[in-house]
Amino acid sequence: MSATLQDILAQALNELANAQDLNSLDQVRVHYLGKKGLFTAQMKELGQLDPDQRREAGQVINDAKNKFQDSLDSRKFELQNAALEQRLASESIDVTLPGRGLHVGGLHPVTVTLRRISRIFSSVGFKVVEGPEIEDDYHNFGALNIPDHHPARAMHDTFYFDAHTVLRTHTSPVQIRAMEAEKPPLKVIAPGRVYRCDSDITHTPMFHQVEGFLVDTHVSFADLKGVVYEFLRAFFEKDIQVRFRPSYFPFTEPSAEVDIECVMCDGKGCRVCGHTGWLEVMGCGMIHPEVFKSVGIDAEVFSGFAFGMGVERLTMLRYGINDLRLFFENDLKFLQQFK
Amino acid sequence: MKLSEAWLRERVNPAISTDELVAQLTMAGLEVDSVEPAAAVFSGVVVGEVVAMEQHPDADRLRVCKVNTGEQEPLQIVCGAANVRVGLKIPAALVGAALPGDFKIKKSKLRGVESFGMLCSEKELGLAEEASGLMELAAGAPVGVDIRDYLTLNDNLIEVDLTPNRADCLSVEGIAREVSVLNQMDLSALPVVKAPITHSDELPVSVAAEEACPRYLGRLIKAVDAKAETPLWMQERLRRSGLRSLGPLVDVTNYVLLEIGQPLHAFDLAKLSGGIHVRWAHKDETLELLNNQSVQLDTDALVIADEQRALALAGIMGGNSSAVSDETQDVFLECAFFTPDKMMGKARKYGLHTDSSHRFERGVDPFLQERAIERATQLILEIAGGSAGPITERVSTAHLPQRRAVTLRRQKLESILAVALDDAEIIKIFTGLGMRVESCDEGWQVTPPGFRFDISIEADLIEELARVYGYNRLPQTSLLMRSELSKAPETVVELDTVKDALVARDYQEVITYSFVDEQLQQAITPGEVVVRLQNPLSSELAVMRSSLWCGLIQAALYNINRQQGRIRLFESGLRFLQKQDELVQQKMLAGLVLGEAYSEQWSEKRRKADFFDVKADVEGLFALTGNEVSFVKSNHPALHPGQTAEIKTTDGEPIGWLGMLHPKLEDAWSIGTQVFLFELDQTLLLKKKIPAFSPLSKFPSVRRDLALLVNESCAVADIVGHIKDCSEAAIQDIFVFDIYQGQGIEAGYKSVALGLILQDFSQTLTEPEIDAIVSRVLEKLTTEISARLRD
Repeated sequence: MSATLQDILAQALNELANAQDLNSLDQVRVHYLGKKGLFTAQMKELGQLDPDQRREAGQVINDAKNKFQDSLDSRKFELQNAALEQRLASESIDVTLPGRGLHVGGLHPVTVTLRRISRIFSSVGFKVVEGPEIEDDYHNFGALNIPDHHPARAMHDTFYFDAHTVLRTHTSPVQIRAMEAEKPPLKVIAPGRVYRCDSDITHTPMFHQVEGFLVDTHVSFADLKGVVYEFLRAFFEKDIQVRFRPSYFPFTEPSAEVDIECVMCDGKGCRVCGHTGWLEVMGCGMIHPEVFKSVGIDAEVFSGFAFGMGVERLTMLRYGINDLRLFFENDLKFLQQFK
Repeated sequence: MKLSEAWLRERVNPAISTDELVAQLTMAGLEVDSVEPAAAVFSGVVVGEVVAMEQHPDADRLRVCKVNTGEQEPLQIVCGAANVRVGLKIPAALVGAALPGDFKIKKSKLRGVESFGMLCSEKELGLAEEASGLMELAAGAPVGVDIRDYLTLNDNLIEVDLTPNRADCLSVEGIAREVSVLNQMDLSALPVVKAPITHSDELPVSVAAEEACPRYLGRLIKAVDAKAETPLWMQERLRRSGLRSLGPLVDVTNYVLLEIGQPLHAFDLAKLSGGIHVRWAHKDETLELLNNQSVQLDTDALVIADEQRALALAGIMGGNSSAVSDETQDVFLECAFFTPDKMMGKARKYGLHTDSSHRFERGVDPFLQERAIERATQLILEIAGGSAGPITERVSTAHLPQRRAVTLRRQKLESILAVALDDAEIIKIFTGLGMRVESCDEGWQVTPPGFRFDISIEADLIEELARVYGYNRLPQTSLLMRSELSKAPETVVELDTVKDALVARDYQEVITYSFVDEQLQQAITPGEVVVRLQNPLSSELAVMRSSLWCGLIQAALYNINRQQGRIRLFESGLRFLQKQDELVQQKMLAGLVLGEAYSEQWSEKRRKADFFDVKADVEGLFALTGNEVSFVKSNHPALHPGQTAEIKTTDGEPIGWLGMLHPKLEDAWSIGTQVFLFELDQTLLLKKKIPAFSPLSKFPSVRRDLALLVNESCAVADIVGHIKDCSEAAIQDIFVFDIYQGQGIEAGYKSVALGLILQDFSQTLTEPEIDAIVSRVLEKLTTEISARLRD
């Protein structure tokens, strides 16, 4: 190897070692291997030599070039690594700091319960129907077999607008409207706000009910028991005891109140269940022939059942809420617990 | 209905505990509300008789008594009660007795004299709140007998919450009848002895309102002792049913009412003039009732009257002027049947509710009156003496309730209850309930008894069978029903989806009352006709909301008062608008935002939420449906005139409002910060177009930016609108990326920087083509709104 080539190589390796970033490294590469680079110039000079000498000298230059290339590659690798390390170090953060921007709000617990009830019944084909909240007394009472002055009307403390217009006292009028609008078979649930002129520690003048009913040929009391039983177990996600107790509603017959084993004490008896071990959770029954008559459904061909439940009550039992009035005070500290 | 268990067990006494009895009643549809002991727990108290008494040597107020307690030797007991006297029978607590409140009786010395027990008052036995002296027992009380047995204190008060259909259970006999059926036992008969007729006087009775009073019985009982004392057993039974003793005549009528369910009324004969008339009241006739309330009657009020005036509101309450008293000598006893249909709502109309009206409204057995008047006569004669005259009876058979046979088809019974009951069991249940049963081809013909007003159709009979058989013994099927595929409509977005979107945008759902304060409402929607409740609970809950903002603002205030400074709420529900003759109940969705845009955090600068933050939320909701809407600058009485947008569909239909609460309202309600509100019509909001595919261009898109100088009052929506009006097919998107006013821009003008995205479907756009499009757009803007390009 000529002294010149040796100098060039030594110089080149030195420059590679001194290059501190990828940019300057590339300048070194161009300086030696570019079109006008020093190694390139050496190669160009080969043309002046004999063919024999040319091969030998060429081999020597190539060796030097290769040596340079290897050093270049390894230096590049070193610098790339160093750059990456540096970026990683500079981009390190405290991942425990909270995320930025908007947080997430929440639904009202009554909505949460309404959705769960709807979902359970929708899964077997019940359709969700709504109705007006200001009702005429025919749909709220008359069509439901509650004539004027019937003692059952006294069971409902009714808000009136005039003699024949009321705030609905239950979601049952939706049953009438749905049966007026469509012919059986029908599978409907009707959630919504209802109103009673009553306010104390266990009553609010507005609350929510879900009415449900099913009309078809050959619907029996056994079907009603089955649906209610399965619903309650689905709702509480627990194999609770359920019992049916005879009761009276003008729009069903036979009528029943449904009790579940107290979910607070597992039926052992506590303050919530009045030490009976049972909690009343809904009313139900077979749709009364008079109700069918008022909507023009032939009770000889069709039969059906209906049920109604208080949404706040179910919500209180589900989440252990101890004061009904909390639902409508809308204290954010209360509402935010139901995310 | 509250009754004594011991009284009930006198009529039917199944071998079951109180708990079992209570459970049985509840599970048969007679829900027991409460059971409480008739007396507090105590022991060691017997009937004693004071046989001798002398003054205590060292105390003026004390007496040293010898008391016979049934032992060989009388006991020496020191007593300080004023009413203690020789011959008096009293409850005597013996040494070792435990009185209520864990008070133990021991041998003691009082001022040096030994005492072996204590003579008791009602208060000391826990039978009364207060007492003025010793409890005086009847002269015939058996000495030495445990006082609990003598007074039947080992008893429970059972309160049954009866449903309105079960009037037949509003008596001890009625409930006993149920218990007998449930336990398949016989009801022990109530021996009613017909009173000997010892005078022949009658008071003439005429019934003008036969449709309301188809049966009326009356009887004169002369020379009674109205001062006689009601026997202890009767007083106790009345007390245990929640009634006070008011003298023998009233007590007997109350007792019979509780015993068999028939209300009766006693008139003082001396206060009547002439015969009895059962008639409708005259217009504006007045009557002073037993509770001293004076009522002005309407012609639909049924009264019992004499020749001159109304004496009583029939079946509801007697009047003062004809009431019996201590002085009464001759009594006219009334025992009638009033038709439920004619009685319904009458008591309520006068603000009354009595034991009597409660029963007549629901139905009293129309065949019970003779038995009841004989029973009452028997008891009056026993207690107050006197002599009974003949019964006067007026009947209108045509108006008496009919009890027709109801057919129960076996096939119907089995299809409803999904079980085949044994014939013998069916017949046994019905007969036990007092019904007459005959078999027929299809099933049975069942005739209800007089006391059942709730059995008139087949379903009534099915219910009776199910009830007595036991609901929980009836089969239960697993859900098997006709099913069809559910629909998944795409032309509406579910409200739930929108709610979830708001929750994701940090809104909290609230539920507020649908009735609100009228003043608050007036401030928000002064132009709307008020939909007012006739009987609101309070003035704060008096009118139906015409906007969901009323409730949201109240909920916000509630939370502001609880140190919340950043509030983001939404609610869905109806608002109520009176539009001419039509009451509109419109489904709305509304929101409220106040305070910081973001909750305080480490890397966002604190700033208040503003119009555009909330607008983004609202636009986010419309993005769910893909519907285009326009925000039009407008005016709303509750909103800031410079920050109010009415939201409309592309057809110009109004969907709702978005804006800042008017500062004067913000001030009036002391909110102390800007409030942003929106309210949207749910139906229009949720309407969705089914997406239709449009093909994609294969050619590159280019962007051109325009910096326009326009008048500062020029709405950006108008600029965009004009560009769209150019109908340049190549313009794919238009967006605003900067608005600038200030240095370099002359006053009254603003700079609007727009980005245009251009793309063609058939070729790559060339520079000259792009320039041509942009200059056509500029030309249009110059013509329409005098826009200039900014230098």
